[in-house]
Amino acid sequence: MAVTKATKTSPTKSDKWILRLYVAGQTPKCIAAFANLKKICAEYLDGQCQIEIIDLLENPQLARGDQIIAIPTLVRNLPQPVRKIIGDLSNTERVLVGLDLRSRT
Amino acid sequence: MKKNSAPSHSALAKSPTGIRGLDEITLGGLPRGRPTLVCGRAGCGKTLFAVEFLVHGAIDYDDPGVFIAFEETEEDLTKNVASLGYDLADLSRRKKLTIDYIRVERSEIEETGEYDLEGLFVRLGHAIDSIGAKRVVLDTIEAIFSGFQNTNILRAELRRLFRWLKDKGVTAVITAEQGDGTLTRHGLEEYVSDCVILLDHRVRDQISTRRLRVVKYRGSSHGTNEYPFLIDEQGISVLPITSLGLEHKAASERVSTGIESLDQMLGGKGYYRGTSILISGTAGTGKTSIAAHFVDAACRRGERCIYFSSEESPAQVTRNLRSIGLDLEPWMKKGLLHFDATRPNFHGLEMHLLRVQKLIDQIKPSITVFDPLSGYLTLGDSLEVKSMLTRLLDSLKGRQITSIFNTLLEGDHSELQSELGVSSLMDSWILLRNIEHNGERNRGLYILKARGIAHSNQIREFIFTDRGIELKDVYAGAEGVLTGSARAAQEAREKAAAQLRREAIERKKRELERKRQALDSQIVALRAQFETEAEEIKKEIALETSREQALQMDRVQMAQLRSGNGGSKPRRERNGKGA
Repeated sequence: MAVTKATKTSPTKSDKWILRLYVAGQTPKCIAAFANLKKICAEYLDGQCQIEIIDLLENPQLARGDQIIAIPTLVRNLPQPVRKIIGDLSNTERVLVGLDLRSRT
Repeated sequence: MKKNSAPSHSALAKSPTGIRGLDEITLGGLPRGRPTLVCGRAGCGKTLFAVEFLVHGAIDYDDPGVFIAFEETEEDLTKNVASLGYDLADLSRRKKLTIDYIRVERSEIEETGEYDLEGLFVRLGHAIDSIGAKRVVLDTIEAIFSGFQNTNILRAELRRLFRWLKDKGVTAVITAEQGDGTLTRHGLEEYVSDCVILLDHRVRDQISTRRLRVVKYRGSSHGTNEYPFLIDEQGISVLPITSLGLEHKAASERVSTGIESLDQMLGGKGYYRGTSILISGTAGTGKTSIAAHFVDAACRRGERCIYFSSEESPAQVTRNLRSIGLDLEPWMKKGLLHFDATRPNFHGLEMHLLRVQKLIDQIKPSITVFDPLSGYLTLGDSLEVKSMLTRLLDSLKGRQITSIFNTLLEGDHSELQSELGVSSLMDSWILLRNIEHNGERNRGLYILKARGIAHSNQIREFIFTDRGIELKDVYAGAEGVLTGSARAAQEAREKAAAQLRREAIERKKRELERKRQALDSQIVALRAQFETEAEEIKKEIALETSREQALQMDRVQMAQLRSGNGGSKPRRERNGKGA
């Protein structure tokens, strides 16, 4: 499937994406999510993103701040508004919608 | 941690909720270490139930607790229960309680494949471990159904969650919204099956009633009825009134009615303590006054009383009673008499009963008055009213409280119509009647029954004086039964006749006296006459005697003279001697 950039909310080059991926240990879902995220970052964000991995098994208290329930959860704090993308990020289309790179249909 | 002493016959360990009444119904509390489902519609008190479970656990049973809120923030929750006197912030500081607000916002969430709810587990696990929690509340976990689309994942995860909670050994309360025809909207009862409690808030005839039912309790017996419960400034109270049996003691102590003549009618001593007395009568026959006399006498003895007035305000009752010389206000000031004036239809039957129970528990009176009971009639069908009264009576008797129930009779010919069918529940029944005669209305009182008391079978006339109630014997004579002015007139007539009779007797007595006096004086006169005559006769006798002597002497002298010595005296004397 050919994926084109959405124009409206597309960040300019100077914008830095800050993405936080919440995982709980090295579960298959979490590993898949990380791999998928790296791919999307490279393909659609020109690598202009900073990925932070938070393992809740190590820092359970951090789940509270971003209201994490589901694992894995990808949180986009910047640019606003906050978005939460849950799941292993295998559905690239939905991830792009979640990141506001693709308009909801 | 304080161990809950579970009943010996029950192998299941229990965590007391600290909610008044609930622990009795469940015989000790919720199943320890297992999840309990509390379901009900919006506004039925689920959250409050959960909060009380945690707060009582933290304060009374030293069980720290975790509150996972899906609907309210920590601040809101803290504020909401502050009105009940629960300081959640303080409990949090003391590490007795952790509140974690989990916000599930559908619009923020994009689902992109496989996921699980490990985040929830992590948060919960962290909260539990941080304070060593023994109790957990999930309020309302169903909120996550609105946040996630994949219900298959949710259901699998919930199943895992409840198993995990059990493994953790925490006693959990999970609240859920009631669905149509199902206990919960999303079928949580499928996963949480150890204990299910249903809260219900129904409104009938504009009166709201809250009820609680233990739908199931695996591994334990429990009360199965619907129990009414109250939410007030002290939180939830469930009163398992139906669980009382007929095991109350029967005291042989007697308590004065406060009316001497009524005591006389009741075998001279009054009612038995701990019994129930029904006073029925038509409007204005003095039911309240009789009850008030009883209260007054009790307060004089220093006993505590509660007066449940369902039609008049306390001020009105006390003012009216002052007119017959009864002042209850000092007793109220002293704290011996507690007035509770509420219309029962303000709360509904069950709620009213609950309020009564709570008040009785609080004040612990030895005497209660319900004036009038008729106000309860309108609140439900007679079966409901009767069952409520039965429970009320049982609990009053169980506490050895002597109670008076006033009921209003409609019409004058209904004396035998058993009032609400409750007369069989009552130990004594005093009936007040209007007796209409000669164009006036008088009050009559008689005792229809008094269990265990040799009571008078007489109708007494009942009179209000400014010194209270007096009972007068009615006139029962040749003229029939008379009361009021007719009795007074008849009495006056009889008094007059009696007076006349008394006067006649006096007169006769005086006459007799006079006769006796006349006789006496006659006797005196006769005696006087007799004495004079006797004197005379004595004198005559003396005279005659002296004359006789003289004659004798003359005869002697004559004889001397005849013997020849005539002429000289001595001779004659000698002759005389010799003769």
